Amino acid sequence: MTKPLLEVSDIHVSYGRAEVLHGISLEMQPGSIVTVIGANGAGKSTLLNAIMGIVPSKGTILYDGAPVPRSVEERVAAGLCLVPEKRELFSTMSVEDNIELGGFLRNAADRDRTRADVYERFPRLKERRKQLAGTLSGGERQMLALARALMARPRLLLLDEPSLGLAPKIVIDILNIVSELRKTGVSILLVEQNARAALEIADHGYLVELGEVKLSGAASDLASNPALMESYLGTHA
Amino acid sequence: MDATIATFLIQDGVTNGAIYALLGLALVLVFAVTRIIFIPQGEFVTYGALSLAVLDGGRVPATTSMLVCFGIAALLFDLWGMRRSFSAPPLLRALGINILLPVAIYAVVTVLAPLQPAPILRAAMAVLIIAPMGYYIYRIAYRPLADATVLVLLIASLGVHLAMMGLGLIFFGPEGLRAEPLSSESFTLGPALVSYQSVGIYITTILIIIGLYFFFERTLIGKALRATAVNRLGARLVGVRTQLTGSTALIMAAAIGAVSGVLIAPITTIYYDTGFMIGLKGFVAAILGGLGNFPLTAVGAIAVGIVEAFASFWASDYKEIIVFSLIIPVLVWLSFSVGSHEEE
Repeated sequence: MTKPLLEVSDIHVSYGRAEVLHGISLEMQPGSIVTVIGANGAGKSTLLNAIMGIVPSKGTILYDGAPVPRSVEERVAAGLCLVPEKRELFSTMSVEDNIELGGFLRNAADRDRTRADVYERFPRLKERRKQLAGTLSGGERQMLALARALMARPRLLLLDEPSLGLAPKIVIDILNIVSELRKTGVSILLVEQNARAALEIADHGYLVELGEVKLSGAASDLASNPALMESYLGTHA
Repeated sequence: MDATIATFLIQDGVTNGAIYALLGLALVLVFAVTRIIFIPQGEFVTYGALSLAVLDGGRVPATTSMLVCFGIAALLFDLWGMRRSFSAPPLLRALGINILLPVAIYAVVTVLAPLQPAPILRAAMAVLIIAPMGYYIYRIAYRPLADATVLVLLIASLGVHLAMMGLGLIFFGPEGLRAEPLSSESFTLGPALVSYQSVGIYITTILIIIGLYFFFERTLIGKALRATAVNRLGARLVGVRTQLTGSTALIMAAAIGAVSGVLIAPITTIYYDTGFMIGLKGFVAAILGGLGNFPLTAVGAIAVGIVEAFASFWASDYKEIIVFSLIIPVLVWLSFSVGSHEEE
């Protein structure tokens, strides 16, 4: 087995006096898609925020074999990139500006090249590039959030509920894009409530409940575990 | 009141309004990017104006030594910040920005000041001395508070304002100073007698507004500042450092303050505490613009200038009260019209 790209061990996160993550560990191989599934409020988003450095955490996070840098901005520079649940777009700025800012840390030539790739992947955004981000539809916003993240040329993309609030057809589009991204060498840590869809494209899955990992294994094993699918996720496998 | 007086008052109001517009824009810029209500804005006006007046006399203004002191203080903060992870590149960078830059400015001013260069060069020197102060003030007072609430930042602003005003008193003394105008000529335009100095003020204000527009619309760093104002978390997620946008905003505010000071120094006598009042009127303009809208702020500033001019003609004792009362209806209106602020 190769050296893991991300090794999270025994992460604890507290909001005030309430601990919401009680020692979560997970690891990711380079070039893989790993999904973290679980019910609402299980702590999935908090886990991503801790890995990105948005919320302070106790425990160790190794990225590429070394402790992850301290600030969010340094983590972006190191190749981590989060697409948060609320997208956090620059709503009063144009699509074009949002995309350009995604490549803030890259040099101009690199940015132009990446932008061409991104527009090729998301032709819809190219059509709407003069439009303000706040006027886009839900699916377009999610695409823009992904596009903005790709502009940073991440090695590890953290996706928080990319399908949230989107029509089923668009969810499929977005997840197709996610699995295509892997082919470009990006590793993806995907947090999803839509467990079946997530397990379909992932290599490995973790089931998180109430701030702890309850189950982990190959995505196909988890998906074919009827007891799990029914009792934890309320869907019929 | 006849037409001549009215023309004169309007002209006076527009001239002052142009200055308030610059200060209002700087305040909006700083608030949008950093959430700091930048009370010390007026001190940069004072420092710019007084530095120019001293330079006019062929002497080196005390602000140059102040700049070096600020740099040393900022370096101490940087060193304290580096105490755990010490490495050469950040140390060299800190030395360059905090020591080399102010010393270089000190040297340039010390050499050039006695030579009595052209007025425009003296004005440029005054701005050159003051602008970097924005960076040091940010490093010393605000960067350690980057995640603080608006109220804490406001309290810090008050502290910075009082400290800078006190330093102004120590270094420049209680006497007022007035700089030489860039030009003392004037021409008649219809019923109005227009001085080149006031034309200079209008042109500079317009150029700065155009410059700001291009900065925010065309440059990546300008867009990063706007992005930070729109969505702070989003900006951090694309790698825009809060420190970078914060210090850029404050350098710009200091430079704009210094330019305003240089522009008004020849038309009013400036004391160590004059800047505060001028800054507050810029703040009124910023409030009239809803503390977030550049064009409205500029319009509001002109209105403040004109109201002030007429108020000082009709009821000079109450002129400040009348100007500051302008805020009240706007605040009432804003409290009804603006809903809750939501990001995204």
